[in-house]
Amino acid sequence: MTMTNAVTFRGVSRHFGPVRAVDAVDMEIREGEFFAMLGPSGSGKTTSLRLIAGFEQPTAGHIEIFGETAEGVPPYRRNVNTVFQNYALFPHLNVRDNVAFGLRVKGVPKAERMRAADEALALVELAGLGDRRAGMLSGGQRQRVALARALVNKPRVLLLDEPLGALDLKLREQMQEELRKLQRALGITFVFVTHDQDEALSMSDRVAVFAEGRIRQIGTPEEIYRRPATRFVADFVGSSNVIPADFAGAGPADRWASLRPEDIRPDPAGRNATITSRAFLGRVVRLGLHLEGQDLTAILPAADTIPMPGESLSIGWDTARVHVMEPDA
Amino acid sequence: MQRSLSLRVAAFAGFVFLYAPILSLVIFSFNESKLVTVWGGFSTKWYGELLNDPQLLDAAWVSLKVSTISATLATIIGTLASYALVRFGKFRGRLTLGGLVTAPLVMPEVIIGLSLLLLFVALENLIGWPAGRGMVTIVIAHATFGAAYAAVVLQSRMGSLDIAIEEAAQDLGARPLRVFWDITLPSLAPALISAWLLAFTLSLDDLVIASFVTGPGASTLPMVIFSKVRLGVSPEINALATLIIVAVSAVIVVAAWQMQKAAAETR
Repeated sequence: MTMTNAVTFRGVSRHFGPVRAVDAVDMEIREGEFFAMLGPSGSGKTTSLRLIAGFEQPTAGHIEIFGETAEGVPPYRRNVNTVFQNYALFPHLNVRDNVAFGLRVKGVPKAERMRAADEALALVELAGLGDRRAGMLSGGQRQRVALARALVNKPRVLLLDEPLGALDLKLREQMQEELRKLQRALGITFVFVTHDQDEALSMSDRVAVFAEGRIRQIGTPEEIYRRPATRFVADFVGSSNVIPADFAGAGPADRWASLRPEDIRPDPAGRNATITSRAFLGRVVRLGLHLEGQDLTAILPAADTIPMPGESLSIGWDTARVHVMEPDA
Repeated sequence: MQRSLSLRVAAFAGFVFLYAPILSLVIFSFNESKLVTVWGGFSTKWYGELLNDPQLLDAAWVSLKVSTISATLATIIGTLASYALVRFGKFRGRLTLGGLVTAPLVMPEVIIGLSLLLLFVALENLIGWPAGRGMVTIVIAHATFGAAYAAVVLQSRMGSLDIAIEEAAQDLGARPLRVFWDITLPSLAPALISAWLLAFTLSLDDLVIASFVTGPGASTLPMVIFSKVRLGVSPEINALATLIIVAVSAVIVVAAWQMQKAAAETR
């Protein structure tokens, strides 16, 4: 099977006056994948999403959706649907009419679109709530209505703009799992914007990390986690020790390296570090260490022999496990 | 306890100040005597007289027509103006348009009336329309200042409307005009109703501007009442005023009830 690209960006920029919201972005989103755009606020991920939806036009560059140019194609003629951040349900319509709106606009006969809307509501486990007003629903339910309203149109790409941001933690985790299941079952390309690195890493097939309008790295969650391309990515994705490469014993002094906490181990022949904190997490212990002016985090298998804060511990690591990163642009 | 009592007294005094004149007007509309200040027993005879007074009834009918048409025009113009001001972002002359739209709010009525009269006369000389002055010119005049009030009401509502729901409609395949009809207008419904009611009441109430721009044969109710009162208040006018108060209160109560219902549902 040849891989088709659902969305292609070639040198796409979107500038608002002097602000470069999106700056010369290249990316290829493959058909049927769950693609996350991850970054802090103002990094250009939402603008990129709006460029795909058609709410923004690129200042420069070229966008293709399934091989066809998106230039000058307004949102209402793109086979792409969006789940908005605050759901943007129509307040004057009931749930079923909200879901059926897209079909009504396309001129689908009433009986047929009502049936399709009820099916879509059943898909997101809201069967029987069709007659409610949107305002009468809880946050989680609104989220599902927004999802059904987009999916009922059978889009080839579904865009999700921080769809879980407004939900509480428990509901979030539940929806993360359901979104993933839904995406696998429907085989639709999902493009998901989030600022939550755990969410991006746990849900997606591939992740693009955005900063200041540019993509810093595109890769599978494992690649992003294990081999962050730049210091920014390592910092943002978190849970790695970011240290100078020469300090790690693995590269030149002008580069940064990432060293994962679980790769640090006690080593009698190693360097002497002072323990600054110690947290017992069941099977492992998380240690804060101070080593020759650098703060490090280490995760060690829980054992009686791990010293207490204030005491010293001789540590080392396999320099082959150290990942030297490219300089930030 | 003491404080709440004094508050109640103050509130009561306030309501008396506001509504005692209206109440006395209603009571005296049922007065048997022709003398406005002397109570001559209960009677509905002035309501009967009113029904046989073609001058007052005609004026009431003219006023109703003028107010309905001008309020509708004002709401349409106000909607378009506020849509441009709120949604078109920065465009050349935006500030000027905003200022011009709201200017009639602060302009003395006498000046609006006089300027419109001069405009109508000049227009008639130039292009022959409007031919003479009457209902048409009053409607135009009332739509002009009504639109200013409507635009103020609609602008604030439109500004608080989430633009994302319009984007969502476009995203689902609706063209811009369809979005406006199917999404924007229904979301604005409560504001549209209050804008229309405001323009309607202002038009029904207006004496000064109407007096300037009217011609023979088109007298609105306030004009007729005002000219009659100069010859002495007739209980007939009390009866008419009572009917208007009842009608207006009914409309406002229904509108408030509807808007409260709508607000409760959309929240």
